[in-house]
Amino acid sequence: MNRRLFLSSLAAAPLLYSAGETILIRNAKILTVTKGRVDGSLLIRDGKIAEIGANVLAPTGATIVDAGGGFLMPGIVDCHAHIGSDATNEGSISVSSMVKIEDVLAPDDIQIYRGLAAGVTTSNVLHGSANTIGGQCTVVKMRWGKPATQMIFAGAKPGIKFALGENVKRAGGGTNFSATARYPATRMGVEDVVREAFNDARAYQRQRDEYQTRLAKGERVLPPRRDLKLEPLVEVLEGKRLVHAHCYRSDEILMLLRTAEEYGFKIRTLQHGLEAYKVAKEIAKHGAGVSTFADSWSYKIEAYDAIPYNAALCMKAGVLTSLNTDAPVTQQRHLLQDAAKTQRYGQLSDDEALSLVTINPARQLMIEDRVGSLEVGKDADIVLTDKHPLSMYAKVQKVFVDGEEYFDREKDMRSRAERETRRKALAEKLKPPPPPAQKKGAR
Amino acid sequence: MRCPNILVFLTLAASLQAENFAIRGVTLHPVSSPDVPNAVLVVTGDRIADMGPKAAIPKGYKIIEGKGLHVYPGMIDSASVLGLSEIGSIRETQDITELGDFNPQLRTIIAINPGSEHIGVTRASGITASVVVPSGGFIGGQASIVHLDGWTWEEMAVEKSAAMQMRRASIEAGFGGRGGGRGFGAARRPFAEVKRRYDEQMQQVRLFFEQARAYQMRKANPVLGFKPDLRLEAMIPVLEGKKPLMIVAEKERGIRDALAFAEREKIKIVLAGAREVDPFLEELAKKNIPVVLPDLYQVPMEEDASIDEPLDIPAKLAKAGIRFAFGSYNIERPRNLPFQAANAVANGLPYDVALKALTLTAAEIWGIADRLGSLDKGKFADFILTDGDPLETKTQIKQMWILGNPVSLENRHTKLYEQYKKRL
Repeated sequence: MNRRLFLSSLAAAPLLYSAGETILIRNAKILTVTKGRVDGSLLIRDGKIAEIGANVLAPTGATIVDAGGGFLMPGIVDCHAHIGSDATNEGSISVSSMVKIEDVLAPDDIQIYRGLAAGVTTSNVLHGSANTIGGQCTVVKMRWGKPATQMIFAGAKPGIKFALGENVKRAGGGTNFSATARYPATRMGVEDVVREAFNDARAYQRQRDEYQTRLAKGERVLPPRRDLKLEPLVEVLEGKRLVHAHCYRSDEILMLLRTAEEYGFKIRTLQHGLEAYKVAKEIAKHGAGVSTFADSWSYKIEAYDAIPYNAALCMKAGVLTSLNTDAPVTQQRHLLQDAAKTQRYGQLSDDEALSLVTINPARQLMIEDRVGSLEVGKDADIVLTDKHPLSMYAKVQKVFVDGEEYFDREKDMRSRAERETRRKALAEKLKPPPPPAQKKGAR
Repeated sequence: MRCPNILVFLTLAASLQAENFAIRGVTLHPVSSPDVPNAVLVVTGDRIADMGPKAAIPKGYKIIEGKGLHVYPGMIDSASVLGLSEIGSIRETQDITELGDFNPQLRTIIAINPGSEHIGVTRASGITASVVVPSGGFIGGQASIVHLDGWTWEEMAVEKSAAMQMRRASIEAGFGGRGGGRGFGAARRPFAEVKRRYDEQMQQVRLFFEQARAYQMRKANPVLGFKPDLRLEAMIPVLEGKKPLMIVAEKERGIRDALAFAEREKIKIVLAGAREVDPFLEELAKKNIPVVLPDLYQVPMEEDASIDEPLDIPAKLAKAGIRFAFGSYNIERPRNLPFQAANAVANGLPYDVALKALTLTAAEIWGIADRLGSLDKGKFADFILTDGDPLETKTQIKQMWILGNPVSLENRHTKLYEQYKKRL
């Protein structure tokens, strides 16, 4: 079915509660994640959480929402997704730091709505893992129906995707990405590509700094030629851009930490990091976070030592840990259940399990002052579920982003019949017209 | 450590010595009858000897205190590749897909690696039996049912040849792009071209069945020089309606063709992987055709599909009175089967139907309900001891028995966990 038409059926109807409205959600079990549980009400004003308490008085004119005894939790943050973008890998070169997800955001990607319907309100949209340095990622809020410019999480620190291991090596002889051999083809080569890139970035940084110094002294000096590939790497060196590095094996994780230390920068998150539990101490010492899968394993040899206890072990070692989807590789609609799996594998507490998909990924993306927990002053990114969100039987009922309702289950259910009618009407139109009646004797 | 050939030997199912025993003080969830609190379950040899609130424990039986715990029958994965696949991206570890379009003579049972790491990992979720299904060409071979325990495939076997796998011809015109669940870069072809190819393939399948029927007749009245044909010979139980044909069909056209095909050939079928079930609910119920659900952790088939698809399929089938079971299909996900069932409950499936689909209904579909699928006197002692509902992640599976043997829940993952926990 045509995407535009479909979109119109989902998004054309005005939102039930719009921006700036004052909303009081009553009769809820509020899981703040950072400050325990409050049974009572939550007040939204100007898109922010204004008050949480057992008894919150409804201000005049406030819209009242009865949660029906359901659970409120912070909007889910997915630290690693490939949704809402029209391109994933710039597969021609292994250092493609100049390309930006921001340039290819696709706000009409249905996966945004599906993620939203599962309670995901913020996603870190990254490049793929074909390249050692893949490109500049973008943190988005799942404002379904809004144009690309309004999807971007304003104020989120910029990031960049790195990748190590099999995917990067495979690009050399691969079927998916390029037909010709490409350096690197080994983990040794991958390290070298990272080092060469930062070697260049340092030189560029020095050149630029020297220019600034001489300019400041009043010298007449030509500016260095702008290098769009190295600029984001200089930002990494200066701590202005977060590194999110796709990795699997413990050896390559350690390699990246040491290389970063050598060049004087930090790895913000190890993405996937399936063997992070083997070097959790080293990761904690470096100060990197780990954003892993709940239980994916064995799909390739570097995932053969992946264990569903990874998140629990990393957490125990003091590593800032989150779970991600890599959507569409795994789905955002199961991210909450992925968090719940750490209760089977590692017996995490409710708050610990929930933190893996809320406050922890928010911290990893350095947006924890805005999202990731239900606290007064934070963005009103809120999810309502009918049962405890870590139960396999729970279903997301409503999702608010910045105090606006972007998903309502009942409304979605109602729209299905209408969509089906429109779909049938379209299919009818697609049918070929009956052949014209042939004239007798005509040839 | 990275060579799969070595690794697969590490977690060989550790069957401990069987002894007669009884669990007392537990809540029994027989599935075939209502739950029994504070009950006794008595196991003699490989069978359930007695059960109930007042079942007597014979002298000399080992007693296990189960106060506060629960016993459920072991769960059954009705479509897996367990033991046929170890590492997704490494072809040398795959034994699922043979070359050629028609291979009814192939037997999965003999290719199931009892040392696969996946067996122990799957058991940890409470799954005790698995229907192992090949796939390749149109007829992929014979599916087999195994206990998830045993030193050899012979010891593991419940049914060496439980069903014949067949995949419907596909008419996908190539539907790349986001959100459609069709994967990357599928080539787009004109409809007329794919339709022509589809019709040709359908013709090939019909022809093969005709050959098999002809062979069946020749065999019944053999002439001098009659030579058995292994391929066609394997089709006879299917033609006789003794062995179900497990037809994999996802979309409307495939399902429609599968049903028409079964009707024409007068064969018994199990429909597997069906997603566009809406137009067929009445027919499936009327003909009592069972369904193995698709992997429910897939994205909706089309951009404009319901956000609940395919999680909403089980509820639809249940409402229509169609028997169904859960299948993992993928080597990575069998352990999530109980969670899929719970998610289906969240999407409208009654809980008891979900639990049955993982146990008794599955056993009924595969014709093994005389031995497996519920806690009943005389059935195999295949069950799990838990501290709660096994469909919830918070619940811990405490112990497992297969054929009366206590089976270790240790596996590759718990071992790595214990090993590296020490390094923290």
